[in-house]
Parts: sequence; C-alpha cells; structure tokens
Amino acid sequence: MNADIYDAVEEAAKQLYIRALKVLPPDLKEALARARASETDESGRRFLDIMLENIAVAERDENLVCQDTGTVVFWLEVGDECAFNLARVTAAVRKGTERATVEHPLRPNAVHPLTRKNTMTNTGRHLPAMHYEFVPAAGAAGGSGASGGDPAADAVNGPALPGEQAPPDGLKLHCLPKGSGSENMSFLKMLIPADGVAGVKRFILECIVEAGPKPCPPTIVGVGLGGTADLCAALAKRAVLRPLGTHNDDPVVAALEDELLAAANELGIGPMGLGGRTTVLGVNIEHAHTHITQNPVAVNLQCWAARRASAVVTAAGDVTYGF
Amino acid sequence: MSDTTTADELRLTFPLTDLDALRELRAGQTLRIDGHVIGIRDATQIAMFDRGEKPAMDLTGAVLIHTAPNVRKLGSGRYEKVCIGTTTSARMNRFTRGLMEQYGVRAIIGKGGLLADSLPVLREFGGVYLAITGGAAALETTQIEEVEEVEFEELMPECLWKFRVRDFGPLVVAMDSHGESLYETVTAGARAKLEELVARL
Repeated sequence: MNADIYDAVEEAAKQLYIRALKVLPPDLKEALARARASETDESGRRFLDIMLENIAVAERDENLVCQDTGTVVFWLEVGDECAFNLARVTAAVRKGTERATVEHPLRPNAVHPLTRKNTMTNTGRHLPAMHYEFVPAAGAAGGSGASGGDPAADAVNGPALPGEQAPPDGLKLHCLPKGSGSENMSFLKMLIPADGVAGVKRFILECIVEAGPKPCPPTIVGVGLGGTADLCAALAKRAVLRPLGTHNDDPVVAALEDELLAAANELGIGPMGLGGRTTVLGVNIEHAHTHITQNPVAVNLQCWAARRASAVVTAAGDVTYGF
Repeated sequence: MSDTTTADELRLTFPLTDLDALRELRAGQTLRIDGHVIGIRDATQIAMFDRGEKPAMDLTGAVLIHTAPNVRKLGSGRYEKVCIGTTTSARMNRFTRGLMEQYGVRAIIGKGGLLADSLPVLREFGGVYLAITGGAAALETTQIEEVEEVEFEELMPECLWKFRVRDFGPLVVAMDSHGESLYETVTAGARAKLEELVARL
C-alpha cells in the first residue's frame, strides 16, 4: 500500500464536500418536483418553485445550493478485507475538508464551544464528525446465531446504505455537510417501555411541530429508535443519509415510516413553515435493539436542501463519485 | 429578473427615507427590494448589544438580512461574493427591539420567523419581518450586485456586511406592524392537528 492511496482519499474528501454543497441528489430533486405537482397551497407552491429554481441556478453557476457549508460529517463504510490504515484515512479526510474550505473558498463554521474562536478550516477537535461501520462479506451475517434464529437480531450491523457498495478491499465515504438550521432542530428523548409505540409516534410528530419553520421544510425526518442515547442519536443521523423512497429492511419499521410520513403531511406546516401540505419529504428510521427498560427516540431533521455525496475508493485508489 | 417574478409584487428601495413607510404593509404581501441590504448575524449582534460595540455604518431606515456569507478576500477590507444566503432568525429574536429603537432599523429579512414577542416591537416602530426562501442561496447570490462595505471583520464570517442588491426576493411579509404573524397562524393549526393525529394513530 503506497501513500498515493491516502492522497486519493484526501482528494475524494475535498471533492465530496464541494460536490455535496453544489449538486443535490436525484432522489431529492424528484421528491421536490413531485411535491410541487401535488401542493395545493399557493404560498407552498411558490416556495417550492423557488427551491427548484435555486437548484437549477446552483448547477448552472456551479455555486453552492445553500450558503451554510455546515458541520462536516463523514460516514465511512469499510469493506471486510480493507487494508487501508483507518487512522491515516481519518487524517486524509480531515485534510481534504480543510483544503476544500481554504481552496474553494467555503465559509468556515467550526468554533470552540466556549471561546467561540473560529478555526477557519471547518475542522477542529472531533471535527469532521467521523462514523465508521464495517460491511460484512457477502453471505456472512456476522452474528453468533445465539438469538434463536432471528437473522435481523444476529446481524452485527443493519444493511449497508443503499447505492454502490463498498468493495471488500476498499471503502465508501459519505459526506454530509449538515446545515445548522436543521441540526439545531435535533431531539432525543429517553422514553420508557410504558410509553409504547404511541409515545414514539407522538414524540416524532411533536418534534416536527416544535421545529416548525426553522429547519427549512419540507424536511427529511431522520429517526433513531432504540440503542443507547449516543447510538440512538447516531442512527437518526444515519437515517438522513438514506435516499428518499428507500425503506428500513424491517417491515414493522418500514410501516411506521409510511404512517408517519402521511401523518406529518397533515400538519399543514408547509414549505418554509408558511403553510401547505408539503411538510416532510420522507421519514427514514434506523433502529437498534435496546434495553428492557428503555425506549429511546432521536430525531434529526434535514432541510429540503439535503446535501449528501458519496465516493467508493478501491484498494488501487480508484474513486467513483455518487450521491 | 427571476422566473418566479409575478405582477403582484411590490417594490421597495432601502434604506427608507420615511421611517413610517412600512406601516401599510400587511402579512401575506410579496415584495422585491432594490438598494442596500445589511447582513448581520448572531455574533455581530452579541458584539453590538452585549458588548456595546457600535458600528460606524448608519442603519437608519435599513433592511437587515440574517446571514453569514461565503466570500473571497480581495484585499484589505474588500471581498467578493461566493455564495450568500439566509439563516434562521429565531436565534436573534432578542435583538429586535434594540435594532429598531437604537439604530432605526425597520425591516428584517430572514427565515423561520421572529418570535411572537417581537410583534409589539414591530407595531411600535412600524417594522416588518420579511421571509425569504431558506436554502435558496445560489439564486439569492445572483441578486446581490456587490459587497460594498464590511465591519467587525474580526468576527468573520459573522461581520456586518453592506450588500448592493437588485430585484432582491421574492420576500413575503410574514410579520407585520398590525400584530399579524403568518407563523403563529400556521403553528396554531399544526398544534391542533397534532392532537387529532395522536388520538387517531
């Protein structure tokens, strides 16, 4: 393995950050166009028109869709035979983020939480936020089989994120520059078992109402269910990475996604919170098993300008870009 | 001229010469702006109001926009636009009175609205809150002709910015000086619907 691999990762990280900010994924553009066609509120139609026009202007001018260059989040899916040194991959991702910020230039957003001093690079202590997950080899669930024949419970992870998969000897990088308007609308509640599924539904809908116009609706509602407080919040963020129109692989969870999508679009909050039937574009739920006493729910709202980009990096350093 | 321009849009030029000029505006009206728009943000207003740092820029009759832009530095105190858009206003709600009372500001452009306790301030000073399409920064950038001045550069990117604009909008009067907030109406409806949904699901 030569150093060029890490140069390739650094360049991919730089390109991904800029690409994510400039070109929105096709599933999102299609969802906004469908929403425009079915929106009945005059104000709602007008805002959706401007959103669609803005997407076209950003592509035409090769400019950023939104001025908020976000808090940079990278999600790495690592193949089971990956030979990359992940410490060096992490350093390369950080360097790529810094180069995108300085070389483009992009607005620097990362500040110390107490002194508010800006690093001017969009990197800093623990930034970019990095998540790692490992893709089991095809056909191997990876679990012990100890849970009595429930394959979903035996799997170490849930399924890989949709789209082109990380090669066994390489990795897939997802870049999610998360705007603060929507990230400030993040919620976690440690519900209890007696709150049941009804409590889960109520909490998620309450979050959408509480957020109201602030996260730039129509939003994608990322939901984490189960796990611990930290895992639950991370799953809500992972849910935002899933393309619109995809479902959780567990039919019980998938049914809840559809039910909540329909319910949320009865709230009347509408585009930019000024009325209309298009309040959310999708509800994506990711789940984990949890403790017998726990029923945690996390909500991570994503704005209509839902920026994400991905790249597959092979062991040879070849990079393929996608969304 | 944007594709989304329509005939029913009002046009206003800022800064205002008549500080009572916006009292006639009503929630729901749409307008576009020419002239100058002043960019301001959390850190700028914390400096102005919590630390008492007074900018040299005259804000009398001004329209502000809640923003921190992407810019390219050209030289000392000179910047060119890269991408300029609008941020969530509610975080800066507590500065509404100071801006209107001490500085003579009459209009604020933002997204997501100010809170209901800004309505009496708008009533007292004849001010309005104008909603822009959040996230539509690429389009907004095409309507900004030049970055003319900057103050509080040490707060980069949260400086006080003076932008010259043309056909800036469309903007919706979302909160007027007659006590009406479109956000309050929509939120009240959503809360009522929430109870109905929860009972049904």
